[in-house]
Amino acid sequence: MIQASGLRKQYGTTVALDGVDLHVREGEIHGVLGQSGAGKSTLLRCVNLLERPTAGTVTVAGQDLTALGDRDLNRARQRIGMIHQHFALLSSRTVAGNVAFPLEVMGVPRAERERRVGELLELVGLEGRGKHRPHQLSGGQKQRVGIARALAGNPSVLLSDEATSALDPATTQSILALLKRLNAELGLTILLITHEMNVVKSVCDSVAIMAQGRIEESGSIADLIRTPGSRLTREIFPLPEPAPSGSVTLTFTGDPRQPVVSEVVRKFDVDLSILGGSIEDLAAGSVGRLRVALDGAEAPAALAYLRDSGLIVEEAP
Amino acid sequence: MTWEEMLPLLWPATVETALMVGWATLFTVLLGLPLGVALVVFDRDGLRPLPAFKSGLGFVVNIGRSLPFIVLMIAIIPFTRLVVGTTIGTAAFVVPLTVGAVPFFARLVETALREVGTDVVQAAQAMGASRTAIVRKVLLPEALPGLVAGLTVTVVALIGYSAMAGTLGGGGLGDLAVRYGYQRFETLLMIVTVVLLLVIVQLLQSLGDWVARRLSHK
Repeated sequence: MIQASGLRKQYGTTVALDGVDLHVREGEIHGVLGQSGAGKSTLLRCVNLLERPTAGTVTVAGQDLTALGDRDLNRARQRIGMIHQHFALLSSRTVAGNVAFPLEVMGVPRAERERRVGELLELVGLEGRGKHRPHQLSGGQKQRVGIARALAGNPSVLLSDEATSALDPATTQSILALLKRLNAELGLTILLITHEMNVVKSVCDSVAIMAQGRIEESGSIADLIRTPGSRLTREIFPLPEPAPSGSVTLTFTGDPRQPVVSEVVRKFDVDLSILGGSIEDLAAGSVGRLRVALDGAEAPAALAYLRDSGLIVEEAP
Repeated sequence: MTWEEMLPLLWPATVETALMVGWATLFTVLLGLPLGVALVVFDRDGLRPLPAFKSGLGFVVNIGRSLPFIVLMIAIIPFTRLVVGTTIGTAAFVVPLTVGAVPFFARLVETALREVGTDVVQAAQAMGASRTAIVRKVLLPEALPGLVAGLTVTVVALIGYSAMAGTLGGGGLGDLAVRYGYQRFETLLMIVTVVLLLVIVQLLQSLGDWVARRLSHK
């Protein structure tokens, strides 16, 4: 749905994007995770050409945006929703007026506009708030207005620029739940950038980890979790890195209540001590990670058994 | 001087001042608002960057702003004659008043428009709004309280300018103060004129503040 290739963005001598390829499939929620200054905001703004990349192409819904003139680009942007960290609502307009803005830009007639604004406010859970002013709303409600506005043009793609970073944890969860619902109900493809692992964990199907203008790692969350040594796995789980010498780190996916560890101890002549571990609930399912020390003559056989049971086994040297 | 003698002098002078300032305000808004918008839109990081053109505009505006009004008024006499056919009387002085106030108001418009956050402008761009739509539906409405405040300051400045116009034959309260207060030592009339100007300015400022506050939804 979104395909960016070879993106470079330079400001003078500063390189903000250094050859980025991004591929977001239709209907998925794709996260771009990185610290501030990693280039993720520039990447997002290159997708709807708020920033024009120095080199590279951006294709959204089959249309090469970098090749379009002003007028066609504006038309294409009407089909790409965007939400913002600080909401970017017009204080001169009511809630309904804000949601109507993109419809006015598209030239939708008044009666049709009013009907659509009503639908959109209901969709985001703000029915009856149309006459309020943005400053009368809480942060979470403001972002709901932002979402309703972004959906006005029936976009196929929603871009989210740190949309929950200005919100408290509970409100963040409610906004993320709304995004997930819209993704499921409308088949909306969402590209979101964030510096919070929590956001990636709760809603993303796939992720790209960015640092210094490059994508370091990308893929579906389920695949990355199963890739030994992936940065995502290391960052999700609060285990000390690097793993102490001689330790073994086990990653479980699927049902967290598999009695594999007790089986190993029963079946093989080994001593097993637990060094640390946790279970995380991801959008893609539960994943557990356990760090153990395995001693005894049958340790290699025990490890082979664990591998055969579908666990990812990483041995520290 | 008694009140019966002063009133026939004060009333027409007030009307002349009001007419001069009123017409000048109208023309100042018609010319200064687009000029202020242009200063923002054509700026280096504006909606349609044309830095050379913007520098040229800024230079012209600065010339207008650096001339003291009394000098400007005399300097543009030929232009005034060209536009209204005469250089004396209330109508003639609408021209220098407008020429003096346009650059002043344009700079205030520029400042008010710059107060509009870049985030809302970019949000509008991301929604596919054209530059014209962004100016009409985002910049101007969002800056409206600031524009009203700027207009209030401009009207007060115009009242000040109009008093100077009075000394060169424009009529109005300034003319009254010069002829009766300065040349004939009519202290009472002078005091009444001063009080009248104070009251007018105070009322206008309060009205402007009230409107700006009503329009602001921050």
